[in-house]
Amino acid sequence: METKNIMIVGVGGQGTLLTSRILGGIMLSAGYDVKLSEVHGMAQRGGSVVTFVRYGDKVYEPIVEEGQADVLIAFERLEAMRYVQFLKKDGVLIVNDQRIDPMPVITGAAEYPSNIIETISDGRAVYSMDAKAKALELGNSKVFNIIILGMAAKHMNFSKEQWLDVIAKTVPEKTIEINQKAFIAGYES
Amino acid sequence: MEKIVMLGNEAIARGAYEAGVKVSAAYPGTPSTEISENLVKYDEVYCEWSPNEKVACEVAIGASMTGVRSLCCMKHVGLNVASDPLYSFSYIGVNGGMVLVVADDPGIYSSQNEQDTRMVARAAMVPVIEPSDSQEAKDFIKEAFDLSEKYDTPIIVRTTTRLAHSQGIVTLEERKNIEDKPYEKNIAKNVMMPAQAKARHIFVEKRLKDMAADAEFMSINRLEMNDTKIGFITSGIAYQYVKEVFPKASVLKLGLVNPIPDKMVRDFAAKVDKLYIFEELEPVIELQVKAMGIECIGKELFTVQGEYSANMLRRVLKNEEVKNPSFDVPQRPPILCPGCPHRSVYTALKKLKLHAAGDIGCYTLGALAPLGVIDTAVCMGSSISTLHGMEKARGKEFIKDWVAVIGDSTFLHTGLNSLMNMVYNKATGTVCILDNSITGMTGHQDHAATGKTLKGDATYAVDLVELCKALGVENVRVVSSFDQDELTKVIKEEVAKDAVSVVICKAPCALLKGQIFPNKCVALPEKCKKCGACLKPGCPALTKNADGSVSIDATMCNGCGLCKQMCKFDAIDMVKRA
Repeated sequence: METKNIMIVGVGGQGTLLTSRILGGIMLSAGYDVKLSEVHGMAQRGGSVVTFVRYGDKVYEPIVEEGQADVLIAFERLEAMRYVQFLKKDGVLIVNDQRIDPMPVITGAAEYPSNIIETISDGRAVYSMDAKAKALELGNSKVFNIIILGMAAKHMNFSKEQWLDVIAKTVPEKTIEINQKAFIAGYES
Repeated sequence: MEKIVMLGNEAIARGAYEAGVKVSAAYPGTPSTEISENLVKYDEVYCEWSPNEKVACEVAIGASMTGVRSLCCMKHVGLNVASDPLYSFSYIGVNGGMVLVVADDPGIYSSQNEQDTRMVARAAMVPVIEPSDSQEAKDFIKEAFDLSEKYDTPIIVRTTTRLAHSQGIVTLEERKNIEDKPYEKNIAKNVMMPAQAKARHIFVEKRLKDMAADAEFMSINRLEMNDTKIGFITSGIAYQYVKEVFPKASVLKLGLVNPIPDKMVRDFAAKVDKLYIFEELEPVIELQVKAMGIECIGKELFTVQGEYSANMLRRVLKNEEVKNPSFDVPQRPPILCPGCPHRSVYTALKKLKLHAAGDIGCYTLGALAPLGVIDTAVCMGSSISTLHGMEKARGKEFIKDWVAVIGDSTFLHTGLNSLMNMVYNKATGTVCILDNSITGMTGHQDHAATGKTLKGDATYAVDLVELCKALGVENVRVVSSFDQDELTKVIKEEVAKDAVSVVICKAPCALLKGQIFPNKCVALPEKCKKCGACLKPGCPALTKNADGSVSIDATMCNGCGLCKQMCKFDAIDMVKRA
């Protein structure tokens, strides 16, 4: 199989690392070669963070580059806009419809762009949801990232059962149920 | 054998475990920190956080001298701190194998410079091994220990951010049962005085020549002969980019990059029409190849700056430019977290119109808008000594509107000597120790003043107040980092004194477990005068609404109350956390 590329972008602290662990787990269990790459350290302090996931028969480089992503998962609108050029022309864009102001916007040095999703779609399939609101409905605002993962999972070739199984193996035991519920909420949206 | 997906750093820890390592010492530093955090999970290995890399290196040296395998991990700039023991230990050589894992940061994701560890290793005459993915990270560590003992040398395993923080599939193996080697007193080898060192220097030169000659038989160097029109000599993560873009080219993949395998390189160069050297940062392999009189192309085409990629290789060698339309969007630089005590200290320093000589940690972010308090940041521990130098150059009046700011972990790393020096040499500056009771930036590692070891065991906690007093500082004050009135009052008083002062600004890191304030901040729009004072500290939980009033994001707010202290109109309230 030709190597598939997934990118997760967001703001430091939004839980991109857990999402990538689940992705790594499912690809390993399905027998693929897989590489993931992520950012730690200073950039994580509320900065713009990126995680790359690549899987296939044999994966060499661990990063996804401009124009290569089959799926771009954005945990925040502005970050979707920052990285949309990494998406293939026919790639799928999943956006958590949430706004987090970066410091230049907070200090008034820059403006948060309006109509981001319309601006960047460029004829592509865009799926967006206010996953934080949905997560609050489910009872835990933190699981919004797993809802978004569920939305993205529809565009990858694994069964719902495979996903739920990997989630159960990856997240802490007492949060298995809420995370599986969150995944299904995204998967069936 | 079990296969799992592992972070590069996790694989290194696993490799050390499987290699039979018994002692490991390190100081945290991105991108190397997770090695120790994973290695400590194996009960067979003694693992510690040392106060700095020099100490860590010497701990590993001592362990090696007694005949056990030892590991020492650090980031690239940490090797500068550890270079004193390293240069001499290179002469001494090992008893039990000794490996230093040094993590470089091409692209400068979380560092103060982009130095190439391989250059330091060349100067110290220490062999360097470079893995290119998680599996190799594990395998090469084991190989490094065997080579260390075979050639009587410490070995550096060089990683980079991209390798350390990428995950890949790793096949696990059992831990080797390595017997402790006997300890024997050996002055000629283990005591570096002029006469002994002269003899060992001869040995060190021969050691590198022997390794270069033997290197073609080492499994970590690999020849992949394909189409011979172009050939690459490459190593580490750069190898992956070559394979991605030129799957049919011939490749000499070096695991050992210092010294390089003499005969293997000559044979390979003779077989290919055009030879490229593709390596991140400095031309370490290239200079060695060129010194052999072999024609090759390297840094004429490939930059010494930043991180490489497959697209970079496509652009340079295939003239393929990938350019999708992109948008001009506001930057999102890293920021201090909501509820961070550093923000409050910087707010006070800003009110007092003070300059700060800065240091290395989360709090270096105090250089950026809207705080903008820090004027300088050089390296770990430098804040105190640079302030001292300023005073000696320009007199005590010059530093009357200055302080030094340094974190608790950084203070214990290398700030201590600088403070001692201030007292000894009759300085008058003020040092603010930003004590958040943890090593913050690297993700919460304990240190000598937290009362806990890497293993999580309770231990003696250094008393910073008594420590500063013991160094001769008469003015030591402790203030809560969140008390704006007290902070401004105390710092103002201390800066005015003609003596060395230490102000310990104390409040735990907002991200520490259990560190949740009982209340949250809530904006009261009816009382808001839209003056914007609460926005000045730059807390990301606060947003200015279109009408000039302020909203506070309930999930982001940590409840530190700094914004409430900034408001003169009681337009921010504290409510009990739900």
